[in-house]
Amino acid sequence: MQKARIMALFSNFDEAFAAISDIRHYKIPGVSVDDVTVISPIEHPEIEEILGERPAHVPKFTLAGGIFGITFGFTFLASAQANFTVQPQGGKPVIPLPSNFVLTYEMMILFSVLFTLVGFLIGARLLRKRKSLYSEKVTLDQVGIELEVDEKYLEPLKSLFNQHEALEIRHEVIR
Amino acid sequence: MSKDINEDIRWAKINEDVLRSMENPRKGYWMAVAGCLILLAFAVVAEIYQYNVGMGPANLNWPHMWDLYIATFIFWIGMSHSGTLLSAILHIIHADWRKPIYRFAEAMTTFTLMTAGLFPIIHIGRLWNMYWVLPYFSDRGIWPNFRSPLVWDAFAISTYLTSSALFLYMGSIPDLAICRDTAKGWRKKLYTVLSLGWRGDDRQWRHFRKAYLLMACFLIPLAVSVHSIVSSDFAVSIMPGWHVTTFPPYFVAGALYSGCAAIITLFIMLRYFFRFEDYMTIPILEKTCKLTFAIAMVWTYLNIIEFSSVWYGHDPIAKELLWAKFTGPYAPYFWAMIFLGSVLPFTLAFEKLRRNIPVMLVVSLLLNLGMWLERWMIVTPTLSLAYAPAAHDVMWPSWVQWFIVLGSFGWFGLLFLIFVKVIPSVSMYEVKEMIFHRRHMANKDIAEVMHRRATDKKPKPASESPGLEGA
Repeated sequence: MQKARIMALFSNFDEAFAAISDIRHYKIPGVSVDDVTVISPIEHPEIEEILGERPAHVPKFTLAGGIFGITFGFTFLASAQANFTVQPQGGKPVIPLPSNFVLTYEMMILFSVLFTLVGFLIGARLLRKRKSLYSEKVTLDQVGIELEVDEKYLEPLKSLFNQHEALEIRHEVIR
Repeated sequence: MSKDINEDIRWAKINEDVLRSMENPRKGYWMAVAGCLILLAFAVVAEIYQYNVGMGPANLNWPHMWDLYIATFIFWIGMSHSGTLLSAILHIIHADWRKPIYRFAEAMTTFTLMTAGLFPIIHIGRLWNMYWVLPYFSDRGIWPNFRSPLVWDAFAISTYLTSSALFLYMGSIPDLAICRDTAKGWRKKLYTVLSLGWRGDDRQWRHFRKAYLLMACFLIPLAVSVHSIVSSDFAVSIMPGWHVTTFPPYFVAGALYSGCAAIITLFIMLRYFFRFEDYMTIPILEKTCKLTFAIAMVWTYLNIIEFSSVWYGHDPIAKELLWAKFTGPYAPYFWAMIFLGSVLPFTLAFEKLRRNIPVMLVVSLLLNLGMWLERWMIVTPTLSLAYAPAAHDVMWPSWVQWFIVLGSFGWFGLLFLIFVKVIPSVSMYEVKEMIFHRRHMANKDIAEVMHRRATDKKPKPASESPGLEGA
């Protein structure tokens, strides 16, 4: 069976949610809400309510960045100071904790931010070619629902989307 | 009470208005660009002269080793804080009125930091050695002194610049995708690269929301630490007038204050240049003014605390310096600072004045003049009246310093004006969200239907439910 990708565009969230709700309740047996991708012009946290909990691993990257920043920051400073003992210390320790704390703190924030960005780029699957079914109307004012399903489900899905007043339906066979 | 934004505005119109603004600004925009170029040209001439002749023509000589350059450096660093305040703090507390104006405030943060970063380089005179402050070790195995607050500055400011630039960029990605889908020619190519393939699917939004929130959470302590560290350049020394415990909060309050005043100025200018009357509305201006007023009062309070602690501390040198500020050669500037920083903000307390755009433009500019004077009055009087009587000396900046200081305004203005012409200065997707959620919250029926839809086995037919369209 060939796989196909189908996308329907709706004029508002109301219709799009109704269509997803039908999929969620198996109106088309064999098509699950897990196959659904919602494409929208705005961030809409309520979407998660209807799509079910989906993971975002960004905080793990942030945590890793923070730990790396602390470790690298302090080690970097301490190793530099320990290798430069010629510098007059003025009676203070070679590796002074108060000033190193300030700089380690800055390094923690810097690496947390950098790792967060990397986590975002990886998790959001950016820096990739956009799928051919993408519609520019989504960035304007329309809401899209995209599914990747077996080709046999294309017709039932089209009819479901039409029931919910889809403005436009596109599909492509992918393999 | 008037609304922050017209909730009936169509989403497509938001795109049209914002994208059109980037193509077709008013003539005032080009006049502002020309003004910035002229200011910048003065600074370039002064800097070339200073570079060739040395620091003498700038009047930078012992004991006045720091003067306008460092005062202006603090001023620009301070101004950067408002971007963080508006975008990060108000984002975390869900103050959605920030949405139409936070983008340019964030841009302001980035460009003020880029401007501030020039001053230590200009100030050291030997521009080619500026990298000495960076944490690298030389071929002789020499590292910078990590105990010095000047090195902390290098760490803190570069971290802040990197983080705020990334925060600005990340928050712009959905709007860059809108630009990509609409633009033609070189702009389309630029936005295609910058938008990183954004398509707005739920996975992208989910990760975006988390990452943006996390970045906001890091930017707030970072902003506070940056200006605390800048204050340490002074407070960690033993100079009278600088060795004050309240300096870090005083600097942070002053930073937020000048930044908010600058936001009011830029708000009014962008509203005029780009015909943003529907987005940069009077109620939002009023809220920004109220915020500025509150911070002005915090700054005033910290001033009083600083003066009181010096007065009652009975350190004769510090007391003499304080008295010299009140009555000495710099007194007119000191009292101008007090008037502009503590008295003038009371205009922000009156609704009639807050709603008057020309008045607010003038007031915001004067507030920033007051904040600039504050930085000058921190740096120069202390250097003129420090511990060694033989070193007591009143110094006035030369034309070289003035030109470079004025040129920094041209440099900042030019960067900012180029930015708002290339990147949307109003966040389109966030304005759409703001409108969507306000409509949503206003209609309890819709809210109920939305909630029920998530779990209902049989959703209502669309015709029976109230509309939620953004279109």
